[in-house]
Amino acid sequence: MIAIVDYGVGNLFSLKSSFEYIGEDVCVTGDIRKIKDCEKILLPGVGAFEDAARKLRESGLYDTVIREAEKGKYVFGICLGMQMLLDRSFEYGEHKGLGLISGEVRPINEDVPEGFKIPHIGWNSLIFPKGKEKHPIFKYVNEGDCVYFVHSYHAKNCEESVIASAEYGGILTAAVAKDNVMGTQFHPEKSGRIGLDILKAFCEL
Amino acid sequence: MITKRIIPCLDVRDGRVVKGVNFAGLRDVSDPVGLAEYYSENGADELVFYDITASFEGRRLFTDILKKVASRIFIPLTVGGGINTVDDFDRVLKCGADKVSVNSGAIKDPSLIYEAAKKYGDQCVVLSVDAKRVDGRFIVFAKGGRESTGLDAIEWIKRGVSNGAGEIVLNSIDTDGVKRGFDLEMLEAVSNAVSVPVIASGGAGCAEDFVTLFKALPKVDAGLAASIFHFGEVRIADLKRLLADNGITSRII
Repeated sequence: MIAIVDYGVGNLFSLKSSFEYIGEDVCVTGDIRKIKDCEKILLPGVGAFEDAARKLRESGLYDTVIREAEKGKYVFGICLGMQMLLDRSFEYGEHKGLGLISGEVRPINEDVPEGFKIPHIGWNSLIFPKGKEKHPIFKYVNEGDCVYFVHSYHAKNCEESVIASAEYGGILTAAVAKDNVMGTQFHPEKSGRIGLDILKAFCEL
Repeated sequence: MITKRIIPCLDVRDGRVVKGVNFAGLRDVSDPVGLAEYYSENGADELVFYDITASFEGRRLFTDILKKVASRIFIPLTVGGGINTVDDFDRVLKCGADKVSVNSGAIKDPSLIYEAAKKYGDQCVVLSVDAKRVDGRFIVFAKGGRESTGLDAIEWIKRGVSNGAGEIVLNSIDTDGVKRGFDLEMLEAVSNAVSVPVIASGGAGCAEDFVTLFKALPKVDAGLAASIFHFGEVRIADLKRLLADNGITSRII
């Protein structure tokens, strides 16, 4: 069973539906005990970093996610959920993240030349880092496959953990992983067949 | 590399897709769920659903359909039609919509864009504009293009973006239904005025019209059409192959 952490941000309907579609048992919950009972944790997130991090802390789930990750449980963050896995974010100020993957979240306009629209919205193709083995969540994915992005910030100073990137004038971080903790900046639940294959590969870990 | 998006638009009235559709293998051609699945499997990058029902019962049917679509189709869904309040945003987002398109509702109450963007984020708010040439200017029309608002379209769109609209759908009434291509002049004026994605709508008659659009206006992010896809005149997979042959990147599945 996979726990989709519900801490009061965003709509989890599509995410829940996508796991059901691939035949996985999933529960949307903010209950600490339930999250502890599940085999894997999915951390979603939309909106602003500060607000989401505050809600996660207020719900008491901040420490739960950290503790479960430290115990070795697989944790998968999506979009803002991925950004929260890092040490800190510079979205409107400086805010502390979960610190499960070292690195920080910075505005993409530092890496994207003028003339490129921000947010980065749409389907972009994945690039895998050279000389690294393909991460298991991309088991069914090929370099060049397109996934759906909507974001204005991305992970930086986390070179060792980057498992996929995307080109948008500059290079943007598309996915990160460190041991049992991983995340995608893009939305697998909105990325068609390729996205479902990524969720399936996560379930198979 | 970011790709150009191809977006079919489905008008739904009383739970059925308006405009007859005829695809091989689709048993019920006006079933919104079946049609959405067909498009999703055949290369659509996003789907737009317009609720053109006025009745309460029709609206309830629409939200039921939306839930079914969102539980089976995993590409971005934009929903429009009858969006007048932040509660309307809430209603369709809870059913699985990713973005909400406002048109007449924002004209009646311009603060709607700001309020919705503040609550759900800019990326969630799509400003849809029906515009037409009047005395050499582009003017915004309301009520499905029947009523002039007197508003200058470029000014209206700029104001919408500064209030938080994250994307613009520009439908040219002058080219809509004519099937001789998109309104390049109007689209150029709009895409030069704003820095958010612009989606072209109105006038696509054949696959070549999309090539012309993206070649002439590289700033335009997406092309939207209804009947040419519904009637099977253009298959999205063929269209994308044609785009690729012309050096335009789109998502190939």
